[in-house]
Amino acid sequence: MSSAKTSADRLARLLNLVPYLLARPGIELVEAAADLGVSERQLREDLELLWVCGLPGYGPGDLIDMSFDGDRVTITYDAGIDRPLRLTPDEATALVVALRMLAETPGVADRDAIHRALTKIEQAAGEIDAPVAVRLPGNDDRLADLRSALERGNALRLSYYSAARDVSSERIVDPMRLLSVSGRSYLEAWCRSAGAVRMFRVDRIDALTELDEPAAPPAEAQSGDVAEGVFQPDPDSPTVTLRVGRGGRWITEYYPCESVVEVTPEEWLVSLRVNDMDWARRLVLGLGPQVAVVAPAELAEAVRDSAVQALAAYA
Amino acid sequence: MAVVSRSRTERLVNLVICLLSTRRFLTAAQIAATVPGYEHNADDAREHEAFQRKFERDKAELRALGVPLETGTASVFDTEPGYRIARRDYALPAIPLGPDEAAAVGVAARLWRHAGLAAAATSGLAKLRAGGVDVDPHATLGVEPVLAVDAAFEPLTGAARARREVTFPYRVPEDDAPTTRHLQPWGVVCWRGRWYVVGHDTVRDAPRCFRLSRIVGPVRQIGEERAFEPPADLDLISYVARWSGPVERNRTTRVLVRPGRAAGVRRWAANCTPTPEGDVLELRYADADGFAAWLVGYGADVTVLEPAEVREATIARLREIAGVTAPAELAEVA
Repeated sequence: MSSAKTSADRLARLLNLVPYLLARPGIELVEAAADLGVSERQLREDLELLWVCGLPGYGPGDLIDMSFDGDRVTITYDAGIDRPLRLTPDEATALVVALRMLAETPGVADRDAIHRALTKIEQAAGEIDAPVAVRLPGNDDRLADLRSALERGNALRLSYYSAARDVSSERIVDPMRLLSVSGRSYLEAWCRSAGAVRMFRVDRIDALTELDEPAAPPAEAQSGDVAEGVFQPDPDSPTVTLRVGRGGRWITEYYPCESVVEVTPEEWLVSLRVNDMDWARRLVLGLGPQVAVVAPAELAEAVRDSAVQALAAYA
Repeated sequence: MAVVSRSRTERLVNLVICLLSTRRFLTAAQIAATVPGYEHNADDAREHEAFQRKFERDKAELRALGVPLETGTASVFDTEPGYRIARRDYALPAIPLGPDEAAAVGVAARLWRHAGLAAAATSGLAKLRAGGVDVDPHATLGVEPVLAVDAAFEPLTGAARARREVTFPYRVPEDDAPTTRHLQPWGVVCWRGRWYVVGHDTVRDAPRCFRLSRIVGPVRQIGEERAFEPPADLDLISYVARWSGPVERNRTTRVLVRPGRAAGVRRWAANCTPTPEGDVLELRYADADGFAAWLVGYGADVTVLEPAEVREATIARLREIAGVTAPAELAEVA
C-alpha cells in the first residue's frame, strides 16, 4: 500500500473516530478496536494524535479531549467533529446496490427490514442517486422451505435432478448454506450418498422432506469458494474440442471454456473440460448442426450413433 | 516516514476542524497563520512556493476523501479566494436504523467482498458506525447472495451519475470484431444474474442495452458532465426485460420416452402414460425449433409423436447431426 493511500485511510479513520466514540461513551478500547478493524495499539496511537488536534488557539480548552477510566474511553470535547463525513458517491452506490441485491434475493429472510434500511440509506445519500436496478427471479417458496430447514438445523431428503447424469434420485443431505450466484440459487450441503460437499441447484430440487434428525456435516465438510463461479471445471477432467459455427458461438459465453481459437469467421475451435462424456454427448446433440466434435473421436462417434439411432424411430 | 505521515495527518485533521469552525472564508495566508504545520516565511519565495504546493496537496486529499471544501471570498473587498467547510454539507445526517435494519446493512456491505466496490462498502459502513449505528458483524439473512460485477460496472455507474457520454468496444459473439459504441448511460441493471447498461445510443439515436460482459475494452468518458437527462419516468428494468421476457408455452407436444430414461424431459411433463413402447409424455412448448433442439439432446431416448412441426424440426436436426441428408440413406441405416 502506498504511503499516500495509508495517509488518506488514516485521515478517514480519525475523522470517524471522534463521532464513533462520542456515540459510545465509556466504550472499552478493545471493543472499539475490534469494531473499527484496527489493533488496540493503533487505536491508542490514533487517540494520542487526536489529543493534540483541535480548534484554532490550540489551548487546553480548544483541543479534543477525552477521559480514560481503566481501559474505557469517553470523549469529553469533540472540537466540532461530532458527525462522520457524508457518504461519498461510491460508498452510497456500494451500500444501495448491495441492499437492492439483498432485497431481490429469492428466499432472503426479513425482506421488510432490508427495504426499510434501503429507504433510510437512500435518504442519507441525499442527491447521490445510485443508477442501478436489480431484478432476480426465483422460487421464493422452495427457498423459504430450505431456509427454515437450515435454521432448524435438520437434515433433508431431496429428490434431485442431476443434469450431469440425466437422472433424478433421492438422497439425504446435511445442509450447510444457501447461496445465490448470478441469478441462481444453490443449496450447499454434505451429500451422504456422495460422501462429499455438493452444490445443489434449487431449481433442480423436485421435492424435499425435512427429516426429524439434526444435520451433521462432518468436520471435513468445508464451504467452497464461489468467487470465480459455482462450478469450476476440474483440471483433471478430459478436454473436449468442438468446431463451432457462427450460430453456435454463444456457448463460449455460457460454458466455461479452456480455449477459444477463431480459426476463420465460420469456424471456431472451442475446448471445454467435461466431467462426464455422456453429458457432453447430450450437450453436443442439443447444440445441433452448428457444433461438431473434433476430439475425442469416441465422442464424435457417440454423437453420430445417437442421431442415427434416434432417426431409426422415425423411419 | 512515520513522523512525516503523523504530522501530515495531524495537520489535515486540524485543517478540517478549523474550516468547519469558521463561518468566514479563510484565505490561504490566514490558514497558514492559524493551522499548525503550515508555518513559513511568506517573504521567502521558495518557502512560500513550498507552502503553496503543500496546501494544494492537502486540499486535493480532502476533496478526494469527500470533504466539501467551499471556496469564496469573505467580502467584496477581498481579491483572494478563501475556504471553509459548511457543516450541513459535511455531516452525515442521522440515520435512525433499527437493529434489524442495521443488520441488513451489515450483511449487504459484506456482499462486495468478492467484487469491485468492497473498499467503498467498508468505508461507508465505517461512517454509519461512526454515526452511532451498531452493526452486528455476525448477522445473516439465511441466503448469501454473491455479488460479482464486470469491470465496466464502476466506470458506467460513475458516468451514469455524472450524466457523461461514454464510448466502449463491444462485441457480441456473432460479430467477428468489436465495434465502438457511443452511449449516454442512464443506468446499470442486474437482470437474472447478468449486468446490462441501458441508455441512449447516440449513433443509432435510440435506446439500447448492452451486456457488460461483452464490453471488451476500457469505458471512456467523453464530453461534458450533465450532458443529458434520462427519460423522466425511467424504468431501467423494462428495457432489459423487453428482450428476455417470460416465454408463453401455449402449445402441446406428445413424445415417447424409453422407460427409465430422459429424466430431464420427464421433469417437465404435464402427464405420463405408460404404453408397451414406452412412456408417452405431454409437454408444453413455445417455439418448435428451440424445443426440438432440446429434445434432440436426449437422442434415441425420446421420439416425437406430434405435432408435425416439432417432429419435422427434430428429424431435420438429427439428419444434419448424423450427416445424413437424403431419405434414401436414412432408409439404409434404418
